[in-house]
Amino acid sequence: MASGKRTVQVELSTTGLDAQGRPQRIPLVTSDDGGGLAVAPPLSVEPELEADHMLINLGPQHPATHGVLRLVLELDGETVVRCIPHIGYLHCGFEKIGEYRQYNQIITWTDREDYLNSIGNNVAFALGAERLWGIDVTERCTVLRVIASELSRIISHLVWLGTTCIDIGAFTPFLWAFQQREYVYNLLEGWVGARLTTSATRVGGMAADIPSGWIDGLKKFLRDFPDTIYEIDRMLTKNAIWVGRTVGLGVMSPDEAINWGLSGPMLRASGVAYDVRRDFPYLDYETYDFDVPVGTNGDVYDRYLVRMEELRQSVRILEQAVKRLPDGPVNIDDPRVILPPKSKATSEMESMIHHFKQVMEGPRPPIGESYVAVESPKGEKGYYMVSDGTSKPVRWRIRPPSFVNLSAIPKMVEGHLLSDVIAINASIDIVMGEIDR
Amino acid sequence: MTTPFEILMPGSALTDATAPASPKAVSYTGAPPNPSAAALAERFPMAVERTQVIWGETVVYVRGGSILEMMQWLHDDPTQRYDYLSDVTAVEYRDFDQPIEVVWHLRSLPFRRFLRVKTQLPKNGPLEVSSVWSIWKSADWLERECYDMFGIKFSGHPDLRRILMWEQYREGFPLRKDFPLRGRFSRAEQLRQALAQNPESRYSMEELTVADAFEDLPEDMRQRLSKGERTGE
Amino acid sequence: MGLIAPPEHKTVSYVPESQEGWVATRLDFLVNWSRANSLWPMPFGTACCAIEFMATAASRFDLARFGMERMSFSPRQADVLICAGRVPFKLAPIIRRIWQQMPQPKWAISMGACASSGGMFDNYAVVQGIDTIIPVDVYVPGCPPRPEGLIHGIRLLQEKVMNERSADNRIRQEMLPDPSSELYIPPSAINELGEPFGNSVHQNRSAP
Repeated sequence: MASGKRTVQVELSTTGLDAQGRPQRIPLVTSDDGGGLAVAPPLSVEPELEADHMLINLGPQHPATHGVLRLVLELDGETVVRCIPHIGYLHCGFEKIGEYRQYNQIITWTDREDYLNSIGNNVAFALGAERLWGIDVTERCTVLRVIASELSRIISHLVWLGTTCIDIGAFTPFLWAFQQREYVYNLLEGWVGARLTTSATRVGGMAADIPSGWIDGLKKFLRDFPDTIYEIDRMLTKNAIWVGRTVGLGVMSPDEAINWGLSGPMLRASGVAYDVRRDFPYLDYETYDFDVPVGTNGDVYDRYLVRMEELRQSVRILEQAVKRLPDGPVNIDDPRVILPPKSKATSEMESMIHHFKQVMEGPRPPIGESYVAVESPKGEKGYYMVSDGTSKPVRWRIRPPSFVNLSAIPKMVEGHLLSDVIAINASIDIVMGEIDR
Repeated sequence: MTTPFEILMPGSALTDATAPASPKAVSYTGAPPNPSAAALAERFPMAVERTQVIWGETVVYVRGGSILEMMQWLHDDPTQRYDYLSDVTAVEYRDFDQPIEVVWHLRSLPFRRFLRVKTQLPKNGPLEVSSVWSIWKSADWLERECYDMFGIKFSGHPDLRRILMWEQYREGFPLRKDFPLRGRFSRAEQLRQALAQNPESRYSMEELTVADAFEDLPEDMRQRLSKGERTGE
Repeated sequence: MGLIAPPEHKTVSYVPESQEGWVATRLDFLVNWSRANSLWPMPFGTACCAIEFMATAASRFDLARFGMERMSFSPRQADVLICAGRVPFKLAPIIRRIWQQMPQPKWAISMGACASSGGMFDNYAVVQGIDTIIPVDVYVPGCPPRPEGLIHGIRLLQEKVMNERSADNRIRQEMLPDPSSELYIPPSAINELGEPFGNSVHQNRSAP
């Protein structure tokens, strides 16, 4: 006779993973009279579980995937068993087109690949191209490029903050963050004429010098921006919901993070203090006084803290840069890359021919190759250029930080819940334009 | 709550305390080479063809046969410790007779070093090179992209398939120099093929755990699945 | 390039909406007014234009004053598909499917140069204009268009919606080629080596 109660004896395996590395299914041993079965079924037999794994498709069009990313998730209830990401939905042939464009023309393309860090990409590419000529830019240009890079770090982190807050459920910080971005957009528009796709640098200098009064606008922004960081910080950092949603998710240990090639705040939140500005410096970053925030838990919350602190450090760097901005020319005086001034080009024959050749054919570097890596807000951004002496590179390779960071997502989301997948995905700070190029 | 990690500082293995500085007035070929290049040439004298220093970066040209061994040594040896793989990519030159080069960008965080390792694959032979996925997991997607764009096969890679273009892409390997910029097919044909792609491909037998219980399925369903019927549609 | 044979000119007969009375026009106005002022956008944002779209939705250039602050990421509840950003060929079936999933009445705004015509990406990977895949109502040029530009595009769409008439039975039909239309070109007359459609303007290509 069936007793009123059913007892279930569950035998848990020690590792939780079976021979294929997937979460082990737990065999249920039941009997009606409360005792065990005479013979326990072997562990390899599929048990009679009612629930089976579900395969759901997240994306490529989805509000929370930060672009056109497709995640195929195998779910056991709400728990992710496996995650298979699919990318390439924004692949636009950047690297192929780079082989058909002059170096100064490629700068326009660098805006569009990591479109949150447009002016930072311009700076990175200009550094790489100048390395092909062995050119060092002027003092003023160096400081202006530092200002540009840090401003773009601020606006990229603000987008990350806004969109992550929306993904996790808080809507207001998105509006606060985007309001601050509008101030920076005003500055960038005053400088180069465009808000987002700036194309601000050229090989050997910048497209234009900053207009008069621009520095005052920047100083005003630097005075007011820390208040916004403080507001957002006060709203989120000790918020029980925020902490509950982000702590302990997507943990990567330092060795794993290095082995998976993570970089930027993802790597630093896992305890590895690698910052390209510190370890392989460029643009005189070693002369600026700033800290590199490093987390110790490697979870989503630490990545948030690292990025918030990076905002403050960027403000610090900008204040120093504004103080030390020297006068002088923005472009170097190198006829291989710089156009002659218009007054000369319209009056002297040699200048006119030189101008014509530089514009129509483009500057031609010597045969060689260069790889310059900068610290973009997403991580180590590298441009590898191979030149064969012509004005168009043989190979333009973008080392995309988000691409390598995203490849670790199957490892990070295993065992977490579906809503955690969104939070972990948001914490990687991906930009599909850079991943797919 | 896991225990917090210990902070790893790059440059921890360096004995001298000079802080790194921004490169200035970099010489075309005259900069000091990375000591790892000489060490690699000493350890694998048959495999290393030559070393070049260009614009301050050291490039080591190696022969394809013992790549995995060399990479393993660079990763494991306590005097090298190249623990970070920045990039795996390939270069094809405009001159048709020049071979395709596969390029690895390695960083040693403890020693703060950067090394570029290259191997040359002649175009008349198979474009195959060993995968370094077993050493650095970051090679996973980087090698897949290299395969997608150039057609270079990485032997030992767990899952080498197209990553940026769709799986049934038939026009070729886009970054090859004989692949025209606008593709081989007309725009209408490209659009037609793109719309005909199966956006749910990779809901395949290999991915689904239906494969676990294949034997339990009814016979006709097994027949249909083995003939390529897609589930999930 | 383009057409091989010129299209035969046909006259289009147009039935005037003679059945419309005062009530029908007022009803039309009400329906169009409510549709135009509460267009729920489906932001199909891919690239940089999506960031400018977000900036348009943010507090400086507010989309809420047009009734568009409720972004509907499910196509089933959306009115207007705003394709913001470049669409590669891999994404083409996705956007086609999303468009098909949207119920009528629906409109499409192609935001940015890349969505309108392929933009600066004239290469193997990018669809040269989403109007090759879905019917577009308003094109907003720019790379990316300023938020004011997008708002101008939205205002144009609102005007278009206001000028619709319920008695006009041609506007809510899905786009199948209509042999009696004067814009129809039989497939045999289309030379595919040039354009996706035989009648689109041939872009002068600069040297690759």
